[in-house]
Order: sequence, then structure tokens, then C-alpha cells
Amino acid sequence: MQTLEQTSRRNFLKIAATASGGLFLGFSWSGAAALPGIVNPESAAASAINFNSFLTIGTDNIVTIFSPNPEIGQGIKTAFPMIVAEELDADWKQVKTVQANLDTNKYERQVTGGSGAVPHSWERLRKAGATARYLLVEAAAKRWNVASSEITTEKGKVFHKASGKSATYGELAGDASKISIPKEIKLKDEKNFTLIGQSVRNVDNQNIITGKPLFGLDFYREGMLFALIQRPKAFGLKLKSVDSTEAKKMPGIVDVVTFENSVAVVGKSTWQVKKARELVKIEYEKEFDLESSADHNRIFKQLLDGGEATVRRKNGDVDSAFKNAAKIVTAEYQCPFLPHSPLEPMNFFAHVREDGVELVGPTQTPDRARTEAAKITGFPPEKVTVEITRQGGGFGRRLSADYAIEATHVSKLMKAPVKVVWTREDDMTGGTYRPAVRYRFEAALDKTGQLVGYKLRGVGMNAGNPTREDNFPSGAVDNLLIDSVDHKSPITTGPWRAPITNFLAYAEQSFLDEVAEAAGKDPIQFRLELLEKAKKAPAGEVKYDIDRMIAVIKLAAEKSNWGKKKGVHQGFSVYFSHRSYVAQVGEVVVEKGKPVLKNMIAAVDCGIVINKSGSLQQVRGGIVDGIGHAMYGNLTFKDGAPDQNNFNGFRLIRMNEIPEVDVHFVDNGISPTGLGEPALPPAGAAAANAFYKATKKRLRNQPFMEEEVFKNIS
Amino acid sequence: MALIKLQINNRSYETDVAEDTPLLWVLRDNLGLVGTKFGCGIAQCGACTVHVDGEAVRSCVLPVSAVGKGKVTTIEGLSEKGDHPVQKAWEEIDVPQCGYCQAGQIMTAAAFLKKNPKPTDAQIVETMSGNLCRCGTYHRIREAVKSAASKTK
Repeated sequence: MQTLEQTSRRNFLKIAATASGGLFLGFSWSGAAALPGIVNPESAAASAINFNSFLTIGTDNIVTIFSPNPEIGQGIKTAFPMIVAEELDADWKQVKTVQANLDTNKYERQVTGGSGAVPHSWERLRKAGATARYLLVEAAAKRWNVASSEITTEKGKVFHKASGKSATYGELAGDASKISIPKEIKLKDEKNFTLIGQSVRNVDNQNIITGKPLFGLDFYREGMLFALIQRPKAFGLKLKSVDSTEAKKMPGIVDVVTFENSVAVVGKSTWQVKKARELVKIEYEKEFDLESSADHNRIFKQLLDGGEATVRRKNGDVDSAFKNAAKIVTAEYQCPFLPHSPLEPMNFFAHVREDGVELVGPTQTPDRARTEAAKITGFPPEKVTVEITRQGGGFGRRLSADYAIEATHVSKLMKAPVKVVWTREDDMTGGTYRPAVRYRFEAALDKTGQLVGYKLRGVGMNAGNPTREDNFPSGAVDNLLIDSVDHKSPITTGPWRAPITNFLAYAEQSFLDEVAEAAGKDPIQFRLELLEKAKKAPAGEVKYDIDRMIAVIKLAAEKSNWGKKKGVHQGFSVYFSHRSYVAQVGEVVVEKGKPVLKNMIAAVDCGIVINKSGSLQQVRGGIVDGIGHAMYGNLTFKDGAPDQNNFNGFRLIRMNEIPEVDVHFVDNGISPTGLGEPALPPAGAAAANAFYKATKKRLRNQPFMEEEVFKNIS
Repeated sequence: MALIKLQINNRSYETDVAEDTPLLWVLRDNLGLVGTKFGCGIAQCGACTVHVDGEAVRSCVLPVSAVGKGKVTTIEGLSEKGDHPVQKAWEEIDVPQCGYCQAGQIMTAAAFLKKNPKPTDAQIVETMSGNLCRCGTYHRIREAVKSAASKTK
């Protein structure tokens, strides 16, 4: 066997002849080209004709479409180019999609959050495609000396049917780029869409299924150092002293550096820094109270009973409505802290050079990463570049720039390119959780079973306003009071997929089920009556679309065969969030004495569906996410430190635990209203209400598995 | 540190690493094979699944010294052209969302189908429940494994 010594300074790698006799020289640390750089060829289309920020067309007919928004699994890297390609009449087989780097001159809102990318960019993307198509048509008209109105386009080609002439987009791209851009551009009639609404596969599928470097963690650079950071093990502690003597002696360790409350162990491989980090001796001191879950429960009760509340919405006279009520229903609901748990842990690459900063990694807010890096280094933002990688999930966690900030600090201190890597334990114990919240609901019914009074107080741990005061049933109840109290906790919180509504919808839609029952009404009929009331005699402002909500409710009822299935316990839920409307029916069947969630039926109004395949999966995944966390998700605290630090203690839903999910989209031609989040919020209540039907026990706390009814069921 | 010899994807490698380094990190940090993913480090999520002598193993908890003469296959070596029946099913059924867990899912499914080419639905679910997908692509993973099974001879 022949062994080749590598010339790289990373000479720990040696490459040998293969067993079969061939010589493998495919990988070498010394050649940058062989490093697993991220598959993101922004420069690949440099020679092509640039039409606008979103697309170039090459003489080889390849249309390169740039997708500016970060891809975290929501399918934007497929959906965005579909919109451009639709108006361009491109041949999808000739479309290449490229993740754009951060460029605030070219793009607006390069953010993944709030289910807002498609609603924000819908017209912009259509115009980008339509404008390029216009230029190609004009170029052909000029070349053939015919009227542009006689020209048609289809699948990357321009046709003049009368003369039988045709040309590809690539052949016309050069001429087209010389034509001036029109002030007004006509968009397609939506009835003529041929690509939008079809099922298009994830554009990165091939790279994903063959294991190509795509994600932030897959980014390597010659000379790059690896850093693991020790953060305070409890929220409320701050750094007092660091002894890194032993850690620094470990093989592969370059240095141990400290900034703010963090200690970074920096070295030549992830495993080496991980082992050395265990040897760093750190003393902390208390800066704030070290809170436990028992404290949170106590604080919740205090705030519900006597906290100084901020009034969020008030209609009518709540006090007299409750005084005169025939029946009052009261219930409290609680949800725990949750980590986001994207499967790719936090990581970021930073290289603070003498002339600027290079950032590479997974972020939902690249501009925030840039701003923070600029602040730390003193460079103006334009000296900071951000390459956005594909991201192994986000769920809101990557809206925070903390890990990009860390990478910048460490690179600045080390004067070297550095990739900061978080272990799963770092990720789960490192904060910016979904806040824990508790709600108290009170409903007043008159003797006919009408909902005449409604009170909601939401109290949270760093939750800000844990209510959405203008959401249903606001507008449908004459006497209403919604207020909230926030507890400032040292435990850090942040947006978690469908912020606030991911727990509020569960609580509210479960409570409305209780109220419907108390009123002696069918849960769906009860909601429809409220919506009719909101329509005819609104109580204050109505900030949701009543008809869109009614439509999804009716569709879900129809598709689930509501109330007509034998042996199936159905629960209902409907929610408006992020501009879209989703109604869901959960179906529980009792098998061998156990209630099992078998099916979820969803009716979704997100306006026009861009990618049928991606959208279907987005809804299914959102429901699986919502059910999974409602059933199992629980992050508890003891003295400021999370009790769970990995997937052995924190339970995520698995394949054997999912219900079947049946999805129906409303076809109403409304411009897209977003789909990354809206399917999640209603899921928990649809399940809880169905479980109630089966067990006669209300599930008023998440996770459900820790409620009495499930205690003895594995 | 020790000189470790490895057989990966029908190629021979030698690398100088601490013997307790998990195979995962040798693949990623030392050999540039980054298709195998880090998810949890404690064999709970399956993102790091590779084959050693045809068995699906969690490379995040397998010390590199324990691999011995075992033949390692990673996602990069599952097929020459990304056309293993499981990979093809993943593409056809459009399984990936974020895609991060999928290499591990595919490696688990491929090892499973090799041993059990005609699995029941329950066997598919039982096997695949060892791998987490945070995006919730489970329905399609299940469908893809079933589809690949029907096409595996």
C-alpha cells in the first residue's frame, strides 16, 4: 500500500491508495478548491446577462434566479424562483436557483420570519420576471422587425407565429439588455399561470440527498479555527474568573479567550475543542435571581391575581356583563418554555480581517448579523459581507444574531478565521426560548347561551404581550377585556415559529371549546354564530377577514365529515395568524383503552398556493410541529439552569407518533398571505379538543403527556 | 493522537487523530466528508447515520478507533450518481424540507431495505422512528421508504 504524505500544514491527513488499487487524490486540505466550500455559486452566473437583481440569462439559455431570503426549510428557494419564472415564461428545466448573499442595495427584507417573504415579494418577483420577458419580446420584435404584440413566449423561447420565427431567451439576452426598462409592466392574468400552483420539487434535493456541503456547519476554510464557547450554565450568572491552564495544554488547542460572559476554546478541530472545554475552570457569580420552574408557577399565579396589567383591548362593559351572566366559564391554560431545536445546531463563520469582515452561516436575519459585526469591529456595515448558507431549520432561533456575534468576537480576538460551533447541549441550554405563559380566560354567557362577556389575561416570562388582542373572538363579543402582565426573567426568550400564537391559539381555541360546551352548542356552530355576530354587529374594530375565516371553518367541517363519524372523537380549532387562515379537525380513536390522535384535517387559506408540493409539506410539517410540541415539549428549570439539555431529556415527535394529515387549500385567487407558520397554531387545540371528546378530560397544560390522563400511557 | 486507517466509500484513508474522536468528526473535520451531519452527539437524532459493514450506525458516538477494518459508507458513497433507489425515492417524493436530517434518514433506510427488502408498514415506521426530522417530513419519508422498497430487487 502506497502512502502519500500531504504537503498541507494540516499534515495529520494522509491519503492512501484505495483497496481496489486506484489512487484517491480527490481531497486535499492544501487546495482551496477541494475544501468543502458551500454549494452556493453566486458567481457562477457572472458571465450571463444581468436583467435585474433577481435574474440573469446566459447565452446557454440558463436562467439564473437569485433567491434573497434565507432558506430554512420553508421552501422559499424553490417558491421565489417559481414566481419569477412564471412571469418570465422560463423553461423550469433551464432555471438555476442561487441563494443570494446579503445585499441591501439589491434586495429588501432579506429576512425569514413572520411568514412574510412571499406576501412581501410577490409583486416584486412577478415584476422582475415580467420585465425581463418584456425586454426579450421587444428585442425579438426589433430583430425580426415585427410588432411586439404579435410575439408570444413559452418555455424560454420567443415566437412569431405568423412568420414561423423563433429564438431562445439566450439568443436574445444580449439585445434585450440594451432595451430600456418600461415604467409600467403588465402582469399575467393569474388564470394563465402554468408553473405557480404546480408541484415543483425542492431545488436543492439533489445536493441534499447526495450529501453536498450546503449548511453553515459544512463550511470549512483553510486555516480556519474551531471554537466552542462556554456560556454561563444558568441564567442569572455572570463570569467571575477563568482558569484555562489545563485546557490550553490539550492537543490542538490554540488559545482560550474571554469576552463578555463567554469563554471560547479555540483549536484545530471540533472534538479537540470540545474535550478541552471540559477542562476550563470557570467561576461564576450571581447577577440576577436563579429561577426555577416552581418559581415561575408561583409568579404566574401572582401576576394573574394581582399583577399590574397592561390593557390591550377593551370593548363594552365587562363588569356588568359578568354580573348579569347566566353562566360563567373560567379556565387557565399554561405552556412551558421551549427550545427551537433546529437539527443543525447554531454555528457561524467569521473572519475579521484588516480590511473588513467576512461572515458565512445560517441566519434568518443576515442584516442583523452584519450590523452587529460592524458594531463589534468598528467597520462600516458595507465592509461586512454575509454569505447566507442553507439552514438546518430555524423556527425563529436564527432570528437572533448571538452566535454570529460570538464568531465575530472570537475571530477578532484570534485574528484568524473562526467557526463557532454549538453542541446540542449548548443549543438547548443556551437560551432565546419560546417564553412560558399562562392564561386566564373568563366567559360570560346569557341565558340563551350567547357569549356576552370575555376576559383574557395573559402572563408570561419575557413574553412581551402574550395576547393577540385583535384576533378572534375580539370583534364578536360586546363586552371584552384583554390584558397582560410580563415578568422580566433572566431566562432569554425570542420568537419561536408562530410567536405567541403557537401557544395562544391552543389556549384560546381550547377554551372556546369549553365555552361552546357550556352554552350547549356544537363547537363549529358556536364559532360560526360568533363570526356572524362580528359581521352584523361588530364590537369594536374587526381586524381579521370574517369571510375567509368562515370559509376555512366550513371547508374543514365538510372535509372531516364533522360530527358524522362513528367511533371517532373530533376536535375543532381555527386560527388566523400571519395573514392566513387555518381550520383543523383532530380525530382521536380509543385503541385498547388509549386515546390516539389518528388524523388531522386542515383547511388552509393562504391565498394563491405557489408550490403545491412545498405548501402541502409546509402544512403537514407545521401540524406535526404543533402536535409534537403540544404533546411532548417541555423545558423546565432548576436554579436558572434548564433540566433538559439534549434529545434524551427533551422529547421531539417521531414518526411512530404522527397523525395522518389531510390538507385542503382554499382556492380564492387572493395574493399569497404566507404559509411558514399559520398551520401550526391551531394544531394543539384541535388535538386537545379531540382528546377531550374521547376522555372527558380537558388538557389545560402543555405538554399533554404530563397531564393526568396521559400519565399512565407511554 | 494515533494514526488511524479507515476504509470509507471504497477508498483508504489515514489520519492522525485522538483515538476517542467520534467517526463523525473525523469524517467532517479531517476528511472533508461533510454529508454526515451533527445533530445531537448522543445517538438520539440519527443525523450522523453511516454504514459500517452494512450496518446503520450512529457515527457521533462511535470512536474512530472502534471502526477497525470495518468498511464505512457515508451518504457521499451510497451511490456513484445519487441514484440509489432510496435517493431516487427521496427525490421523486420530494421529501426534504430543510434537508439537514435527510442524509441520516437515507442511510438508515438504505441499510434497512438491504436487510429487509419487503418490509411491512409497521417495520418501516419502527425503523425510521429512530431518526428525528424537525421539519416534520415523516409522512413523505415513510412514503419514500415504501416506494424504494417496491423498487428494490
